[in-house]
Amino acid sequence: MAVYRTHVLVCAGAGCVSSNCKAVESALQEQLAKVGLAEEVKVIETGCIGTCDLGPVMVIYPEGVFYQKLTPEDAEEIVNEHILKGRVIERLLFKPAASDDLVEKACDIEFFRRQYRIALRNTGVIDPGVIEEYIARDGYAALGKVVTDMTREQVIDVIKRSKLRGRGGAGFPTGLKWQFTYDAPGNEKYVVCNADEGDPGAFMDRSILEGDPHAVIEAMAIAGYAVGAKQGYVYVRAEYPLAVARLARALDQARNYGFLGEEIFGSKFCFDIDIRVGAGAFVCGEETALIASIEGKRGEPRPRPPFPAVRGVYGKPTLLSNVETYANICPIILNGPEWFAGIGTEESKGTKVFAIAGDINNTGLVEVPMGTTLREIVFDIGGGIPNGKRFKAAQTGGPSGGCLTAEHLDTPMDYESLRELGSMMGSGGLIVLDEDSCMVDIARFFLDFTQDESCGKCTPCRIGTTRMLEILTRITEGEGEEGDIERLETLARTIQSSSLCGLGQSAPNPVLSTLKYFREEYEIHIREKRCPSGHCAGLVRFVIDPELCRGCGLCVKHCPVGAISGERRKPHVIDADLCTKCGECQATCPFDAILKI
Amino acid sequence: MVTLTIDGQKVTVPANSTVLEAAEAAGIHIPTLCYLKDVSQTGSCRVCVVEIGGRLQAACVFPVHEGMVVETTTPLVRESRRVTVELLLSNHPQDCLTCLRNQNCELQRLTHELNIRDVRFQGVRTHVPKDDSSASIVRDPDKCILCRRCINVCSDIQGVDVLAARERGFETVVSPAWQAKLAQTACTNCGQCVLVCPVGALVEKDDTAKVWDKLGDPDIHVVVQTAPAVRVSLGEEFGMEPGTVVTGKMITALRRLGFDAVFDTDFSADLTIVEEANELLERLDEGTLPMITSCSPGWIKFIEHQYPELLDHLTSCKSPQQMFGALAKTYYPEKVGLDPAKIATISIMPCTAKKYEADRPEMRSSGYKDVDVVLTVRELARMIKEAGIDFSNLPEGEYDNPMGISTGAGVIFGATGGVMEAALRTAYEVVTEEALEKLEFLEVRGLEGIKEAEVDLQGTKLKVVVANGLGNARKLLEMIKRGEAEYHFIEIMACPGGCIGGGGQPIPTNADILKARMASIYDVDEAMVLRKSHENPSIKVLYEEFLGKPLGEKSHKLLHTPYVARSRFGALAGTISEPESEKEKVAAAKE
Repeated sequence: MAVYRTHVLVCAGAGCVSSNCKAVESALQEQLAKVGLAEEVKVIETGCIGTCDLGPVMVIYPEGVFYQKLTPEDAEEIVNEHILKGRVIERLLFKPAASDDLVEKACDIEFFRRQYRIALRNTGVIDPGVIEEYIARDGYAALGKVVTDMTREQVIDVIKRSKLRGRGGAGFPTGLKWQFTYDAPGNEKYVVCNADEGDPGAFMDRSILEGDPHAVIEAMAIAGYAVGAKQGYVYVRAEYPLAVARLARALDQARNYGFLGEEIFGSKFCFDIDIRVGAGAFVCGEETALIASIEGKRGEPRPRPPFPAVRGVYGKPTLLSNVETYANICPIILNGPEWFAGIGTEESKGTKVFAIAGDINNTGLVEVPMGTTLREIVFDIGGGIPNGKRFKAAQTGGPSGGCLTAEHLDTPMDYESLRELGSMMGSGGLIVLDEDSCMVDIARFFLDFTQDESCGKCTPCRIGTTRMLEILTRITEGEGEEGDIERLETLARTIQSSSLCGLGQSAPNPVLSTLKYFREEYEIHIREKRCPSGHCAGLVRFVIDPELCRGCGLCVKHCPVGAISGERRKPHVIDADLCTKCGECQATCPFDAILKI
Repeated sequence: MVTLTIDGQKVTVPANSTVLEAAEAAGIHIPTLCYLKDVSQTGSCRVCVVEIGGRLQAACVFPVHEGMVVETTTPLVRESRRVTVELLLSNHPQDCLTCLRNQNCELQRLTHELNIRDVRFQGVRTHVPKDDSSASIVRDPDKCILCRRCINVCSDIQGVDVLAARERGFETVVSPAWQAKLAQTACTNCGQCVLVCPVGALVEKDDTAKVWDKLGDPDIHVVVQTAPAVRVSLGEEFGMEPGTVVTGKMITALRRLGFDAVFDTDFSADLTIVEEANELLERLDEGTLPMITSCSPGWIKFIEHQYPELLDHLTSCKSPQQMFGALAKTYYPEKVGLDPAKIATISIMPCTAKKYEADRPEMRSSGYKDVDVVLTVRELARMIKEAGIDFSNLPEGEYDNPMGISTGAGVIFGATGGVMEAALRTAYEVVTEEALEKLEFLEVRGLEGIKEAEVDLQGTKLKVVVANGLGNARKLLEMIKRGEAEYHFIEIMACPGGCIGGGGQPIPTNADILKARMASIYDVDEAMVLRKSHENPSIKVLYEEFLGKPLGEKSHKLLHTPYVARSRFGALAGTISEPESEKEKVAAAKE
């Protein structure tokens, strides 16, 4: 086996692919060849390292130096300086927002240092296209142990004792699900992986499938052994072409090694997995809609019970779990349930992957123990709010969740705590909002999403979310009426309590939670026709401060609609009826006399 | 059995019951909208919600369990039901006054039942143009409340699968695929969707104006025929009990409306039997077997689209409606000395597909359009009401001669199995030349989907089978395709229950009502003196005076028809490319 003196891990997660990591990688290969180091330095394409807004990024081992925001032009310097001469290139190092000190090594960056990676254990570390790299990190050892050493009942018992809960949103105990599917009568059963990740901003499932597809394949095979299934399906959205491709390749590799197929590890256990590609409907993440879609039907939910464990794919008992849930299975088998149950809080064990986005310095993917506080995630790992702005709220659980405010910064992030506050864990989306965010508009934004994604089957979701969106839209446009808040609340109650599936039942959450914590913002929009954060274009007004205005006339020249008038050297005024709120005047005023209110 | 508590009342029901069924057993009424017994159980409208363990559940689909506590009128339940119905109304035209379903609309009834006097939530409404392309059915998506009953009946019961939900969310619309018009699809015009629609989104094409025009024209001699199944259902439109036999009142009402001659389709049903029985005997000697009946135009359209390769199995006999139409413009004017060009033939049918059948280009063997206008039972009722006729108090009238004379065999055409039974009565006597002792063939009666029987024609064993509902028809056709159908003769009716359950019948039509109508059909048969088609004296005269002999030259010209092979994709055939398979998509995405 070839021995290399240096390994360069180039992140090839979807984020870095879009910031052109491939060009960086080939430039690096080219430079290495030029100096004759192609045989000594190994360049590895990994899955998502997690620091998505810093891409393209790379980590050079053995030192573990982390370089960010790379361009193909940096390759020459990296090879000549770092690899040949051992000199760290300072201009490519990471500088935390809060300090002036450059951080050299990945392991010293807070973003990485505070993480505890179970589900993401291999993501960003191995080349997802090479099964041997997975095997070298104990890959398929858990499957081997299970099918040769353990009974089906023992496997289920281990999962139960680990207290792992579903990572897709609802947090249902995974072991119980396995038990129910095991108990369901019938010889034909299925194991399904839900990779129809659809929450805006959440991409943990994509990263796992792209960065460590075998972790999911192995776990599904273990689940198949435990519940008695021979066939698995990964339902993955078509918008994840890289995940689909890497998964398909991984499946071929696993079959070639005999990890899938007939008589796995010489046992009597046979199992295989097929990919089903979704067609872009958010609702297909709902388990019964997903099953309908796998069967080739319109992706619409059906009433439960019966639950999929009893009647799932083709009417047969089906175990259906999310990607991140499966990604936890093999470590639990190998390290034991007690190890896993030792991490996290009383009710929420293990870790959770969060996708941090919004008004935050370090956006990206992080995995932390359950119970880590919101403050740690936002400020320590996320590096706080950019431009010195104040933290206003964080939306958890995507469009199905709710917001947490500054007073909740010390809330431990676990299933129960979030639910108590009217939010939810969801799949782990975490959108941070600074003081400039309008909470009414945030609610409108999320409702716009769920309304658009409603399948249209049940009345409350189909028409109710449309009516709610209409009310929210008119409030943000300054057309809100007395009674609109009450109408929103009435609609929300019915949609929440009587919708057919989780999409509808959780759709009003962003409205209800912003009403709970920011009700006065709604009232100001409706009664004063004003947006306190100056975000809602329909409610913003530009005015000239007569104290500051020198009457220079620059704004008059720049106003495209002739809305500003005034005598020279005397304070000018803006005609609100003509003003289109483009902001051009404010940008050109040399005296900062134009205010947005 | 499982015991649960509903509104403080203990009730014991079978373990596989739903909460709704348990409540019914306890005499507790839960309002429903999308739910329709035997047809639709999608749990989609959310009107029937009840509170169980602090959460709302749809009673129509939620299974009972031991010790369950259900509350049906908590504040949360009441508010939720009201809001849901208000939301439906907020996306509904609310043009009740001019709606065909005014006073027989489930949304209207529910709004009243829940005492909704104000719709608090207003906003944009969806608008999709009306589809009146079909000869039989008009779809108005603006009135649709997306209960999905039509989809379920079209796909699950009829196996036609023409209707589906298209688009999603607020834009969702029930329609044929690819935005096709109904007339472009494989729709059989059976009208089962019309029967189950709770509102006015699916209705029959109203042809009453055309009939009023004919009646108002003094130069036109207007002849009407009434189908067997109409006499046992028309009374329901006037508040009578299902199954009330109103033959005599109907005849009087038709005369008062101004029809010049009131005839009976039972007459031509008898004629059909004579022709068909003879064709069967011919085929038993040499020809394609099993032979399948052709009375039901929904069924004909179904086989033309779905199994064109099996068209040879169909008898070439026209349906009774069309045999009547052909004679009404040839034999009848000849007999009474009228100009056939001045005759209009109107049919009163339990059927929407008959409208399409009358429009078929093959149906002009008299040299004119054999049947000018087809009215459903509902349309006739509307005309009677419009004319101010007090139907319930009408005196009994009698059919005109010669085409008003019929036998019990003709009447039973109205129920599934009836054509078969009538054919067997005649076939037996034609083959054996002996009188049949027991006229009732009970094996082919009843609402069961597929009914088999074997009849011994003194040495000749005749294996027959009867299917009602197109889903059941499909099962038989699949058997024929696999070569497993060892039958000689098959009766197929498009609608569940046969014509008594036709798409032109009064709304509602359900299993209980079907049973009542069916019982009356057999009562009428039993009360008849003549109960075998070949004994119908008018038919004998018809052959002597006009047709010559069964399957003769004139018969072939006027009473028989070819069929048309059509595509499963209707008029859109050839414009649809096969979808890319999942595997190809995966391969295409590979790096």
